[in-house]
Amino acid sequence: MSAQTVVSLGGVSKEFGKGGVVALQDVDLEIGPGEFVSLIGPSGCGKSTLLRIVGDLIQPSTGNVVVNGKSAHQARVDRDYGIVFQDAVLFDWRTVARNIGLPLELAGWNREKRRGRVQEMLELVELTGFESHHPWQLSGGMQQRVSIARALSFDPPLLLMDEPFGALDEMTRERLNLELLRIWQASGSTVVFVTHSISEAVFLSTRVVVMSPRPGRITGIVDVDLPQPRSFRTREEPRFAELVRDVRRALRRGGGFEAEEDDHEEERLIVAEEGL
Amino acid sequence: MATAVAQRAPSEAYERVKVAAIEVARLLGVLAVLWGLWEAFKWFGEATELKLGSFQVNDRTLPHVHDIISTLFEPSRRNGPLLIDVLFDAALFTAKEAALGFALGATFGFAIAVVLAHSRLLQRGFLPYIVASQTVPILAIAPMVVVWVNPKMPEGLKDWGAVAMIAAYLTFFPVAINTLRGLHSADPRALELMRSYASSTWSILWKLRVPASLPYLFAALKVSATASVVGAIIGELPASVQDGLGGAILNFNQYYASAPTRLWATNLVAAALGIVFFLLVVAAERAVVRRAPEHVA
Repeated sequence: MSAQTVVSLGGVSKEFGKGGVVALQDVDLEIGPGEFVSLIGPSGCGKSTLLRIVGDLIQPSTGNVVVNGKSAHQARVDRDYGIVFQDAVLFDWRTVARNIGLPLELAGWNREKRRGRVQEMLELVELTGFESHHPWQLSGGMQQRVSIARALSFDPPLLLMDEPFGALDEMTRERLNLELLRIWQASGSTVVFVTHSISEAVFLSTRVVVMSPRPGRITGIVDVDLPQPRSFRTREEPRFAELVRDVRRALRRGGGFEAEEDDHEEERLIVAEEGL
Repeated sequence: MATAVAQRAPSEAYERVKVAAIEVARLLGVLAVLWGLWEAFKWFGEATELKLGSFQVNDRTLPHVHDIISTLFEPSRRNGPLLIDVLFDAALFTAKEAALGFALGATFGFAIAVVLAHSRLLQRGFLPYIVASQTVPILAIAPMVVVWVNPKMPEGLKDWGAVAMIAAYLTFFPVAINTLRGLHSADPRALELMRSYASSTWSILWKLRVPASLPYLFAALKVSATASVVGAIIGELPASVQDGLGGAILNFNQYYASAPTRLWATNLVAAALGIVFFLLVVAAERAVVRRAPEHVA
């Protein structure tokens, strides 16, 4: 592992229950600083599990996880990453500003410092003026922007995103894709992004990691050499279509297209594992 | 923008007055219907000489509503204060007992829920006994509570402190059960989020679990608010407390044959006290709970 690595996985496996489902098998992956890496694969390929192992929300059965040069546990304790889920998971009883300020509050920032940072984050996600709204007064896309602002509020070097735009409509999704790229470039953080969508993965990433199920493993890595910054035009370029084709082929090689779709199996296993 | 606000303001005030007027009209309507049903049943029962077992409708078993109301404004005894003054003082006394009982019971119930929410073992072990505690009739418990508790009470809490304990006994249970459920109602993703921030159990409790439980807590407090009034009234009987509504009910019960309207009037005041307690909880809920509309009970 080089000192330049933000996430380093070595031989990571995960089995849910004793002799149960093998969610991940022998995963090796290195992610460098400033990279935008997408994990793509059909349901049950363990991509959400992998993300949570990086975040120390689940323990791997075997293997080595190094985040920011330390153990995943220490990285979590040091608040080295921000996480965004498919649902915005905002606290109803808090205003937008206080939702964004939640991690700062937990880290012991004083009110004055929090207010300044929250304003910066509102500007970053273009929600200035909405600070005293409550989450239920916002659209799904706006809620997800709040959730991204919250994840970035304490300036973590790593951003973990678990299908953050999966529940949004296509138009909102494409707009937020562009916005996320802008935020990523402004913040300079490293992003690990779980998605179901091939074109989203290609559009956003510097690297697409293709995974396949039963047992979950990495079956291919596609380097995305599309120029930065990307725009609405990017999707219309011939190179974009070629890369989408490459990812699709890698998925097919891994048996991704034959996999039975059970969207909730992995989630159920994760919840059971955490004893929540 | 400013003009738009200025234009909207009067119509908003108008809307609010309209909503309030509709509420009042609805309340009066419901009261009128209840009054009508009462009087209709009384008229029907008397006209047909209806008998339900030993129950026979007449002025003694079912006085006129207007007689019950007017009793309130007659002297409670010869040259004494008006009945409504007597009952008002009694209601205040009972309210004091019920309020202390409610506060004790709600605090205790909440504390139990917090402890049980953090230990599956304790939850398994203790929950059955908490449930069992409520299957014992309050009338069987009340005299024992008085005997145990009263001698240990400081002078200021003599007698009525024991009554408050009985009210608390009825109050803690719904609060404990509902809060426990509410504390477990936090979104699993929200718990993951809090863990990703490496937050302490204490932070998770106060910043996530407790706020998430508030709709459940307030649903329980509404039940407990009225239960605490009932508990205080019942508790006054074995504690031989004369100053409250329980004492008044016992007293007027003895004179029921000659003055039935006084007991009815006392019941009316007791019901009003329960409603006041309930409305206070509703007001507190509106002030405290900030949740999406679909989460508010």
